[in-house]
Parts: sequence; C-alpha cells; structure tokens
Amino acid sequence: MTQAELLERLPSILPAGALRSSDVVRGQAVADLERTLMRDALAALRDHPDVRLEMLSDLTAVDYLGRVPRFEVVYQLYSIARNHRLRVKVAVPEEDPVVSSVSSLWKSAIWAERETWDMFGIRFTGHPDLRRILMYPEFEGYPLRKDYPLLRRQPLVAERDPLERPWFPRP
Amino acid sequence: MTPQRFVEAEPTSEVMALQMGPSHPASHGTVKFNLRLDGETIIDVDVEIGYLHRGFEKMCEQGTWNHVFPYADRLNYASPLLNNVGFALAVEKLAGLTAPERAQYIRVIGGEISRITDHLTCLGMAANELGAISAGFYMLEAREFLYDLVEAICGARLTVTYCRLGGVMTDLPADMTERTRVALKHVRDILGDCDRLLSRNRIFVDRMVGIGKLPSADAVSWGLTGPLLRATGVPYDVRKAEPYLVYDRMDFEIPTGTTGDNYDRFMVRFAEMEQSMRIIDQALAQLPPGPILADDPRFVLPPKEQVYTTIEGLMNHFKLVMEGQKVPAGEVYVATEGGNGELGFYLVSDGSGRPYRVRVRPPCFYGMAALGDMLRGHMIADIITTFGQINMIGGECDH
Repeated sequence: MTQAELLERLPSILPAGALRSSDVVRGQAVADLERTLMRDALAALRDHPDVRLEMLSDLTAVDYLGRVPRFEVVYQLYSIARNHRLRVKVAVPEEDPVVSSVSSLWKSAIWAERETWDMFGIRFTGHPDLRRILMYPEFEGYPLRKDYPLLRRQPLVAERDPLERPWFPRP
Repeated sequence: MTPQRFVEAEPTSEVMALQMGPSHPASHGTVKFNLRLDGETIIDVDVEIGYLHRGFEKMCEQGTWNHVFPYADRLNYASPLLNNVGFALAVEKLAGLTAPERAQYIRVIGGEISRITDHLTCLGMAANELGAISAGFYMLEAREFLYDLVEAICGARLTVTYCRLGGVMTDLPADMTERTRVALKHVRDILGDCDRLLSRNRIFVDRMVGIGKLPSADAVSWGLTGPLLRATGVPYDVRKAEPYLVYDRMDFEIPTGTTGDNYDRFMVRFAEMEQSMRIIDQALAQLPPGPILADDPRFVLPPKEQVYTTIEGLMNHFKLVMEGQKVPAGEVYVATEGGNGELGFYLVSDGSGRPYRVRVRPPCFYGMAALGDMLRGHMIADIITTFGQINMIGGECDH
C-alpha cells in the first residue's frame, strides 16, 4: 500500500469525526486527529487488519510558541507486517495540555509519554506512572518548551564559582 | 533453570529494597536500578535513566543545521558514523537534496565499519562481564583495527563529524581497499577465535540462555528494534524494509534468533558483524569515481579556491556559515538502522537557518524501557548480562 492509498483508507477505518485532515508530505503520510477521539482512533489503526500499525516507533511533541493551539503531540507508527509508516499528530492547547495515554495500546508509550511530560509538561491521562524520566523530580519547568530560558540553571547541589572559591589555595 | 516466583502471601519471604547504581562497578553506563528482591530473585525493578542527559534536542535548536553533526556523534559514541549518516539523510530528505553516488557508498562503508565497532563494544563487554576477559580484550583489539580505518577516513577515531549536508567531508584515502582488506582479515581472525572461546563455552552459555527472554509480540509492543527484535525472530531491518543509500544494491542477510533471550541477542550481533563485512567488501568493489559533495550552493560550501578568489564564492561561504543552510519549512521523520536498532530523526524546520525541532528516536531508550519486563523473576546477577545485551549507550539513551 502506498502512502496515498493508506490515507484514502483512513476515513473508513477511523471513528467518525476523528480525522481532521491528512496529507502526504515529502512522501510521508501524515494524519491530524481530533484530541478527544484520538485514543480510539489510534486503537483502530493498531488493530485494523489492513493497516496493522503494531509498532509505535516514537512519540514526541513540538512546541509551536505563538500558534494556537500551541503544542502538537506526534506519533510515529510503523507496521512491520505491511511495511508502511504513518505519522499521527494531535494538537494540544496551552491552557489544557492533556492527552489520553496510549500506553495501554503500545508499551513503548510508557517511557515515551514520561519523556514528553518531562520535557513539555503535557499530561497523559490514564498513564500508569507519569513521572519525570530524564530530569530529576525537583526540577522546575519543562526544558524543551520554547519559553524555557536557555541559560537557566537549577543545580541540585550549589555550584562553586572557582574564581571566588578556588579548588586549591592560590599561591 | 526456571526462575523462582515470589509469592507475596508467603510469611517467610521478606521483600528487600535495594538500589543498584547509578555508578556500579559491574554495569558500564550510568544507570540506577531500584530493585525489590526476594533473596536474590528480582520481584520488580524500576530503571532510572537520565544521568547523562545533556539536552541534545535543546542544544540542536540553538545552532545551524551543520552544528548538529558533532552533537550527533556523541549520541551513540560506539558508532558515531551511523548517527552522522542518519542525521544527514534526514536533513537531506527535508531539503530535497541527494548526495552523489560516491558519497553514498562512502557513507555505507563508514556506517558498516561503525556498526561492527558498536557490536564489538557490546559483545566484548558482555564477555568481559562474565569473566571471559581475554575474549573481551580480543574484541577490543579487533575494534582498534576498525578505529584505525575510521581514523584514516576522517582523521578522528570517535568524534568524527564526517558527514555534511549533501555528502561527506573528505574522500577515502587512496589505499582504502588495501587497508580495509588487512583490517577485516584481522577482525575475521579475531572473531573466529572469540566464536570458539564463547559460543559453546559452558559458563557463558549457562549465563546467557533463557535469560531476559521477551516474546516477539511484547518486543514489538515495547518498540524494540535492531538486534533485540531480530533475536525474537522478527526479521525487521530498516536497511531491507526501506532501503536507503545504496543498500538495495548490496547482497546481505538479516540474522535472526528464535527465543529472544540473551544468547540469541549475542549470536544475532555476532552474525551481523560478518554481514557488515560483506557489505563493506561489496561497497569497496562497486565504489564509483566522482564527486563526494552535491553541487548545490544553497547547502554546500563552495570550494576554497572560489572563496579566496571570487566575491560570489566568498559571499556564499559567509551566508552559509553565518546564517546557516536555509532548509525549506516542513517536517520529516527518517529512520535508519543504527547499531542498536531503528535510529530515527524527526525534524521540523521553519525555513530559517536553524532547526526548529530535532527529535532523535534513540533505539536503546526503548530497550531500557523493556528491561523491567525482561528481568522480573530472574536473579540479580542476570541484570548484568541483560543490561549488557541491551547495549545501553548513555549518550543515546539519555540524549
């Protein structure tokens, strides 16, 4: 199945109203899904015998600061049986950054959603264990958001300025 | 050996909580295991990563597209060339740029050399951790021959920064075929020795067989790729499934396992090294003459003679260095076969000279996610072999 044929099949596979738009971008199929229906839609994509996207290769988010809605959660799906890919995107508004978790559909989402929460502050409802994963629990803010200051430092142990307090006594 | 099952209701059992790591002498890589133990049997394990998090994705957004290449090297530092090639392919797809044929062959050769060094690192350490120190050092010796090749190609052993948008930095040395022939002969000899030392070694086999098993359906659900997935019998290899560069012209096989335990992972990696060497031989035999950089002034720096003698060349050089390559706005996800599995780059460009978003899909991140499932019911000592076979590379896992 080519990427265009895959997109033609989508409206008959997905629940009604779930598909907002779809397009082939640089030879890659992309589908925008409605946030409220995305979990059912992704379950259909995983289980439908013609599509069988049984692997969630990757899950991440992009922060389009200044755009409404601000965030986009991106799912890279792959079918080993059919050898095709589909990219699914879900728009997430800034004031309510919540998406349904797909960790019960694909186990790879468990850590990937933790990382997206850690880096972007997008919450995944129904996730069994939504903790920070790369940063430490005391960390404030979400580092991959575009408005997180690049040079902000949050050391757990106070940093030592070697000019003020040298490691070795100066002669 | 069937692992003991812990029964929570049993009055004589007492659960012990043990924190292993983050810097444990038996685990290479900085990672912490929060264990719940019944005697030596693992009831539950919570894997904590992130100790090597350096903000790769945030850093990439600060510089030009070319500035990402050195960072990409430092993702999986056991196979830096593969990361370089993966990132270059992703940006080229976004820019609609194709590297000349010779550059594609060179990328295949460099990438496959890196794949062997990656597997040698993993397997050598695996042998080392089980007490087969000689076999471990033999493999590191084999790796030295390959690092010498990498050094001959690009002048660095580890921090290569070899790829450029639209091609590679320099051409292969004139005596590359001869050098490779000598190096691969040494590597094949050493691998033969290691095969005899390990594959049927009683201690080694007992510690590897049946440990860390994962059925193929679970492996797919966990997003495992590369040797971890192929060990369960699923022949998924990006080089075959979606051939990139010139892999469709190469004759090679995808080794697979059957049970998905540590021994299968070991043997899959071992067999893959031979296939990589076959690819290198074929690529060197087919290597066509020609340029190594695409002729596209929007993305490729002009030759130095033009920069120093013509105003157009100087301006072009200045614009590319100061403002960066203006990659057209859009997004792309490109998967390549890295040392540990599917190495994907998801890139978003807003049309300026800087990446808007660079997301790397680190294959061993998903392997580490599945580690808890693999270890439940096994012994503490099995952590070391299973963790070793996942081949967690801190730079890639924690990006």
